[in-house]
Amino acid sequence: MKPAAFSYHAPETIAEAVAILAEVAPEDGRVLAGGQSLVPTMAFRLARPAHLVDINGVEGLDRLLLDGDELSIGACVRHAAFHRPVVEGCLGPLLSFVARHIGHYPIRQRGTFCGSLAQADPASEWCLAAVTLDATMTAMSVRGSRQIRARDFFEGIMTTALADDELLTEARLAIPPSDTRFGFSEFNRVAGGFAVAMVLAAFRLEDGVITEPRLGVGGVEERPRRIAEAEAALEGRAPGAEAFRAAADAAAGAVDPMEDINTSAGYRRDLVATLAFRALEQAGRALEQAGA
Amino acid sequence: MNAKHDITLAINGKAYAIRVEARRTLADAIREECGQTGTHLGCEHGVCGTCTVIVDGAPVRSCLMFAVQCDGAKIRTVEGLADGGEPHPLQRAFMEHHALQCGFCTPGFLMLAVAVLEREPDIGDEDLLDILSSNLCRCTGYANIVKAVRAAAAEMRQC
Repeated sequence: MKPAAFSYHAPETIAEAVAILAEVAPEDGRVLAGGQSLVPTMAFRLARPAHLVDINGVEGLDRLLLDGDELSIGACVRHAAFHRPVVEGCLGPLLSFVARHIGHYPIRQRGTFCGSLAQADPASEWCLAAVTLDATMTAMSVRGSRQIRARDFFEGIMTTALADDELLTEARLAIPPSDTRFGFSEFNRVAGGFAVAMVLAAFRLEDGVITEPRLGVGGVEERPRRIAEAEAALEGRAPGAEAFRAAADAAAGAVDPMEDINTSAGYRRDLVATLAFRALEQAGRALEQAGA
Repeated sequence: MNAKHDITLAINGKAYAIRVEARRTLADAIREECGQTGTHLGCEHGVCGTCTVIVDGAPVRSCLMFAVQCDGAKIRTVEGLADGGEPHPLQRAFMEHHALQCGFCTPGFLMLAVAVLEREPDIGDEDLLDILSSNLCRCTGYANIVKAVRAAAAEMRQC
């Protein structure tokens, strides 16, 4: 229950960090950000990295700011930074609501938004948000910098498009139109537990019907994804139980759920139907509150 | 890999100059190198919350940080709560409301609740319950812990 020995590196600039990473990545060098997933894995000796590159002291990575029409989230921005809305409009409250589902309060003081993305746990709330909101990730290495769209970023369980020597320096979320309505619903067995399934839904209204629907499912398949069949069932429909039920059923029919010792595929599929409906209802209630 | 790092931990206002391997967790360094054994270790993988301490104002699980990451950081542990012989209002509330039995989880609950009440004195009841669900207690059934923290919150607001 004690981590194995490793060499510790504490770079102060991004250039220094990627240079060290280039050197140590071939020897199982890993990035240490919040450490709330990596350190337990090391305590179990499931991970025995020879090097850790601690990015907590890297200048500028704790930056969280509105950059044009995008929210830029630096690699060291903690989950707790989202406890209160970080931007005006509809995105801030959504991120606050989602953040409260991540682990527990002390975990959220250390764990980071970008660390969750790089970890790519299928049960990660931020991975689902990134995919549903079409986030863009910036990866840097000694070879330069590149942008990766969320839909191309997540490749499978704990697997991303990041190369071993690349540092995820930032995630960018487009600010949605101010009349976008959101709903998020998650099921887990204990407070702070991993999501067994979760759904993030968003839509706008134009002339009384749904437009720009988004419905993402997480914790169900090996990676989070938007469900085109559910979105098609919402487009052009009046918001309400009938359209929400059709979309929820479409989502449940479209997923290929993982199974584990506690959870059958059928159970996860049923959860998707229930959670999708709840998320859409929540988005609908937001409409009522706004008087739309 | 086994290189030692010279670091200084400022625990409850006292500086401890220690030499540790990078793999030494903050929890182990507080207990072993600094001799402050009030911080308890339960699960050692971030689930139980017993090792919660306050690092630069934030309640964190000291088994999930490496000591080397806390060089120069301000750390508060359960030993720093009482003011001389006078227990902290939260410690008193734990005694009055029977919020501990075996006492193993108590330092973690105290540091979690102190940090939260200092940051958010007007925290709502539902949020407080959610935060207290962070830590595990196998004796009390939690009801008395919740009572004690609510009572201390009310008292701390009047101070």
